[in-house]
Amino acid sequence: MRPFKFTPAGTAAAAVRLLTTNTKAKYLAGGTNIIDLMKEDVERPNELVDLGELSLTEIIPLVNGGISLGALGKNTDAANSPLVRKNFPLLSKAILAGASAQIRNMATNGGNLLQRTRCSYFYDVAMPCNKREPGTGCAALQGINRMHAIFGCSDACVAVYPSDMAVALMALDAQIKVMQPGGTERAVPIQDFHRLPGDQPEKDNVLNHGELITEIEIPVNAFAGHSAYVKVRDRNSYAFALVSVAAGLVLQGNQITSAHLAMGGVAHKPWRLSEAEAFLKGKAATTSNFNLAAEAAMRTAKPLTHNQFKIELGKRTIISALEQALKGDSYTG
Amino acid sequence: MNNKPTPLTEEEQRLFGDLMPEELEEIIHTGLKRRHFMKLVGLASAGLLAGHLIGAEQALARGVALGEIEDLSATAIENGVQVSFKVNASPTKVMVDSRMTLLDTLRERLGLTGSKKGCDHGQCGACTVIVNGNRVLSCLTLAATCQGKSVITIEGLAKDQVLNPMQEAFLKHDGFQCGFCTSGQICSAVALMKEAKEGQVSYVTANVRQTQASLILNDEEIAERMSGNICRCGAYPNIVAAIKEAQTGKSVEQNWLTI
Repeated sequence: MRPFKFTPAGTAAAAVRLLTTNTKAKYLAGGTNIIDLMKEDVERPNELVDLGELSLTEIIPLVNGGISLGALGKNTDAANSPLVRKNFPLLSKAILAGASAQIRNMATNGGNLLQRTRCSYFYDVAMPCNKREPGTGCAALQGINRMHAIFGCSDACVAVYPSDMAVALMALDAQIKVMQPGGTERAVPIQDFHRLPGDQPEKDNVLNHGELITEIEIPVNAFAGHSAYVKVRDRNSYAFALVSVAAGLVLQGNQITSAHLAMGGVAHKPWRLSEAEAFLKGKAATTSNFNLAAEAAMRTAKPLTHNQFKIELGKRTIISALEQALKGDSYTG
Repeated sequence: MNNKPTPLTEEEQRLFGDLMPEELEEIIHTGLKRRHFMKLVGLASAGLLAGHLIGAEQALARGVALGEIEDLSATAIENGVQVSFKVNASPTKVMVDSRMTLLDTLRERLGLTGSKKGCDHGQCGACTVIVNGNRVLSCLTLAATCQGKSVITIEGLAKDQVLNPMQEAFLKHDGFQCGFCTSGQICSAVALMKEAKEGQVSYVTANVRQTQASLILNDEEIAERMSGNICRCGAYPNIVAAIKEAQTGKSVEQNWLTI
């Protein structure tokens, strides 16, 4: 690992000031991704500003029935919060689908959103990668791309975004609150937070240098009793998704008032399944409608050499998630 | 940190006098350092300790013990960070390079080699330790972030020579073959007991909306919650049995079919 200066920050404003004065500095929260990337020589900050002392760890109910997650709260605490479990079980399940107990104990809610891709070519500094070294090319495009994107990729990058939590946040219409240099705040809707690669795959999201996530706000929803997170991976646990689906159904009897659907493991960002949502609105919650919604969702998918399977797998995972969501609290596996 | 060296036994004095005469004075005054220890290991592997079996056994057994490690000054390292924390209840103060992980600090600076370096990338769990009551990966934890915290390693689980019930259960059920992952498995399992008591849920919990304290975990729950600890020997059925026994206090059979 390259040498770096370790600077603890006392407050969010102080942390933002420290980063503003050093363009090569990075924030350190849980460290589960950045420390690994520094060992691999992918990330090369000359200073880490440690956020461990900041107080942004609370989970606070909002007056309108929503919730605010402190950016520096641990993933384990978010997943196990009685409030999250009762009103946002989809978020709880998605967090618990990711990583291991040890990593969730370390990882923070804000840091989870800023995870970098696990594309093996991004990790291997001997290989070309436009995300790691802009302009060097994409080794995955013609390489082994079984794990890679089927939606929204470009010639510059076909990597997928790895977070499970963010897929649930997409279906839950979360807002990411950010402190900007100078101390002002802005809120970014989750659908605008992560980027598609385009010709700038080095930019994972819309944050500028020095901006700090302070809170994640989730509005009230009407599908807590009818939601599901289904993750398909190469082994049963402790692996990144091949495909995952977050589903929430607002039901009136057997009629779908609204469907909330997002997919992970298929794009450079959590992928909102808008066509399927639009299709299901007002329809009966039946298997045949779920099948048609899954067809609609995957219609625009474009496979690479090795990931054709994700299209069929994606359809089946959507159907499975919708069926689990329909059964809701009575679902027992 | 206590810097007073443990006195050498007569056998050890003869050993070092014969084999490293130029370093004997230093060893007597400042204690056995890592480099002496490594030289001794090298001589042992070359079969050169035959005349000093008792002394060599004593010296090798003491290893590089806590308190006999030379501390570093801030000027000796480029980005030194002074960290005061508790390791297995002992207040410990150590100057580390900012890059130093908790794992390397435990193993290389504090002589606590029970925590193992498997992958060093957060993928195997062999380095699992308990920080402020929660299991974490020491390979992805910078020592600099441990200021004021309390770390429990495998060396700190037994109390007054009495093994932790989880250690006993792993022994009884052969929860290991080669043993490399074992300290991580046991630390992880000890923290898991606390999580179950608090009613923490997992991905395989049927309904996370229901709350219940003091969960008794079935095989599927244990497998999911221990998935961060890889055992390449495949002792999983034994590990699951050990955890079930430690949790219930009742004797359990290994289950070879469902995992």
